[in-house]
Amino acid sequence: MANKILVFLEQRSGLIKKSSFETAKAAKKIASQLNYDLEAITIGSEINDIESTGKYGVKKITFFKDEKLANYSSSAYAQIVADFAKQIDADILFFSNSSMGKDLAPFVSIKIGAGILMDCISLEVSGNDIIATRPVFAGKALIESKINSQKKVFTLRPNVFNIGEVQDEKAAVEVKSVDNLDLRSKVTEIKKSEGKLDVAEAEIIVSGGRGLKGPENFHLVEELASVLGAAVGASRAAVDAGWRPHSEQVGQTGKTVSPNLYVAVGISGAIQHLAGMSSSKYIVAINKDKDAPIFSIADYGIAGDIFEVLPALTEEIKKVKS
Amino acid sequence: MKIAVCVSHVPDTATKIVIGSDNKSIDPSGVTYIVNPYDEFAIEEALKTKEKLGGETVVISVGKDANKETLRKALAMGIDNAVLLKDDNDRDSIGIAKALAEEIKNQAAELVFFGKQSVDYDNSIIGQLTAELLGYNCVSVVVDLKIDGNKITAEREIEGGREVVETSLPAIITAQKGLNEPRYASLKGIMASKKKVIEEKAAAASDKVVEVLRMKKPPMKQPGRILGTDKTAVAELVRLLKEEAKVI
Ligand SMILES: Cc1cc2nc3c(=O)[nH]c(=O)nc-3n(C[C@H](O)[C@H](O)[C@H](O)COP(=O)(O)OP(=O)(O)OC[C@H]3O[C@@H](n4cnc5c(N)ncnc54)[C@H](O)[C@@H]3O)c2cc1C
Ligand SMILES: Nc1ncnc2c1ncn2[C@@H]1O[C@H](COP(=O)(O)O)[C@@H](O)[C@H]1O
Repeated sequence: MANKILVFLEQRSGLIKKSSFETAKAAKKIASQLNYDLEAITIGSEINDIESTGKYGVKKITFFKDEKLANYSSSAYAQIVADFAKQIDADILFFSNSSMGKDLAPFVSIKIGAGILMDCISLEVSGNDIIATRPVFAGKALIESKINSQKKVFTLRPNVFNIGEVQDEKAAVEVKSVDNLDLRSKVTEIKKSEGKLDVAEAEIIVSGGRGLKGPENFHLVEELASVLGAAVGASRAAVDAGWRPHSEQVGQTGKTVSPNLYVAVGISGAIQHLAGMSSSKYIVAINKDKDAPIFSIADYGIAGDIFEVLPALTEEIKKVKS
Repeated sequence: MKIAVCVSHVPDTATKIVIGSDNKSIDPSGVTYIVNPYDEFAIEEALKTKEKLGGETVVISVGKDANKETLRKALAMGIDNAVLLKDDNDRDSIGIAKALAEEIKNQAAELVFFGKQSVDYDNSIIGQLTAELLGYNCVSVVVDLKIDGNKITAEREIEGGREVVETSLPAIITAQKGLNEPRYASLKGIMASKKKVIEEKAAAASDKVVEVLRMKKPPMKQPGRILGTDKTAVAELVRLLKEEAKVI
C-alpha cells in the first residue's frame, strides 16, 4: 500500500473554501511526485457539492457529519482529523493557512507526533523530502526548511498556490458519523462584518492611509473598491486614528495579503506596511509625494492628489467595465 | 488564580533584515530587539485579569540572556515574577512549546496568555502547540475575552468577522490587537522591576524536527512606472491594468 497524504477541506456555511481547493491541488502535485495516495477529510453538518473537489485531483473524501459540527470546534475538529489521520496512517497532512487552518493544524500535529511548517508559499520535492519556503520577518526574508520527522504537517498560504487547470472528475464521498464528540471548545455564534469582503481573502484590495485625511473621505476608497469588486484595506495610521477597524489593517501587525491587485491610496509605504502586501502580484500607488517609498515597489503609480485622481479612476473603471 | 504570560524577544519591526554568513539566520549586528508587539496585549490581559480576579502573574520566555530585557519590561508593566528558560541554541516551535509546557505545569498556571504571533518567524502556533501538550483548552487570535468562574467566552477574529467561542479553564488564550490597550510602564514599575530577580532555569531538552536549509532575500520587485501627476494619467493606468497586468 502506498503512503498517504491527507488534505483538510474547510467548509464555512456548508461550502468548501477556495483556499482548500488550492491546497488540494498543491497536495495532489506533491502526492504524484512522491508517488503517495491522496485523500481528503471534511467536517460539518450539511456541505454542498463536496464531490466537485474531484476537479482538483482528490478521488476520495471522508465527510464527518454531525449537526453539532456545522461551526468550528477546535477540540472536536482536532480529535476527528487526528484520529482519521492515524486510522489511514497518513504521513503528510495539508491545511490551508486560513484562520481555521492556523488554529487547527498545530493541535493535530501534536496529536499525531508530526513536525509542522506554517504559511508555506512554495513546496518542492527533493528526493524524499519536501522543501517548504515560507516568508519570515513579515516577508523581509524567505526561509527554506524541511521536516525530519516521519509525520509532517504543512499549512499553505491562501491565494498563492495556483489552481490552474481542473479536471472534470468527481470525488467519491464517504459520510461518517462521530461518537463521543469532544466539544470542550465550540463556536456558539459567528458575527459577520456586514456583507464585507475580507482583505485576507480578496483578489483585489484598495487600501487607504493617512492621505485620506479623515474617515469622511473613505467613501472614495469604498467606491473604487466597489467597482473593482475589491475589499477595503487600511494602513495602521488610518486604523490607529480610529478611521477604520483593525480587521482591515494590512501590514506587519495587521494582515498579510497577496492579492492579484493592491491599490495603495495615500499610503507612504512604511516598511511595516510593505511587509504585509509586498507579495501582491500587481501594486498601484496613488500618492502626491513622488518620493514616497510605496512607489519603489509599485508597478504603476500616479504621483497626484487623491481627491482629484481617485474619483476619475473610479469613473474610468466603471466605463471600461460596462 | 495563577496566570502566566509567554513572551518572545524579537527584532524591531523597522529593522532591515540582513542575512547572516551562515545563510540560515539573520545577522544580529545592529539589530534592536523589542517585546513582540502581540505579547504586549497578552501582558496587558494578564494584568487586567489579575486586577479583576486576583491571583499571581508570571512571565516566561525561552531563549538567550538577552530575553531578560523583554522579561524586565513585563515586570515593569506590573507582572509579579519572571522566568527565563535558558537555551543558547535556536529551537523549532515544538521545542519552545515543550519548554513552556513544562514550566507552565511547574507553575500550576491555569490561565496562560500568548501573543497570536511572534513577528520574527511569523508562525502563529506556539500557543496552540503548548495547549495541546498540556491538554488545556485554547482560543487563538482573541479580540474579546470574558471569564466567569470556570467559563470562558472569547471572540476570535476570522475572515470577514468573528467567532464567539465557549470553553473553560484551564486554558491558553492568544492575543490579537484589539483585545486591549497595553499600558505604559510607570516610573515606579520600572524602578521596582530593577530590583526583581529573574529566575533562570535550563529549558527542557527537545530534539529539533524542523531543519532550516537556507535563508534568502525575497526577489526584489522592480520599481514600476509613474504614469503621471494628475487625473490625465488615469486612462493609461486603466489600460495597463487591463491589457498588461490583466487584473481587471
Ligand atoms: C511595531 C509597529 C508595527 C506596525 N505595523 C503596521 C502595520 O501592520 N501596517 C501599517 O500600515 N503600518 C504599521 N506600522 C506603522 C508604519 O510605520 C507607518 O507609520 C504607517 O504605515 C503609516 O501609515 P500611512 O502610510 O497611512 O501614513 P503616512 O506615512 O502619514 O503617509 C501618508 C501618505 O499620504 C500621502 N498624501 C497625503 N495627502 C495626500 C493627497 N491629498 N493625495 C495623495 N497623497 C497624499 C503622503 O504623501 C504620505 O505619503 C507599524 C509600526 C510599528 C512601530
Ligand atoms: N521563545 C519564546 N519564549 C516564550 N514564548 C514564546 C517564544 N516564542 C514565541 N512565544 C509565544 O508564542 C507566541 C506565538 O509565537 P509564534 O508561534 O512563534 O508566532 C508569541 O506571541 C509568544 O507569546
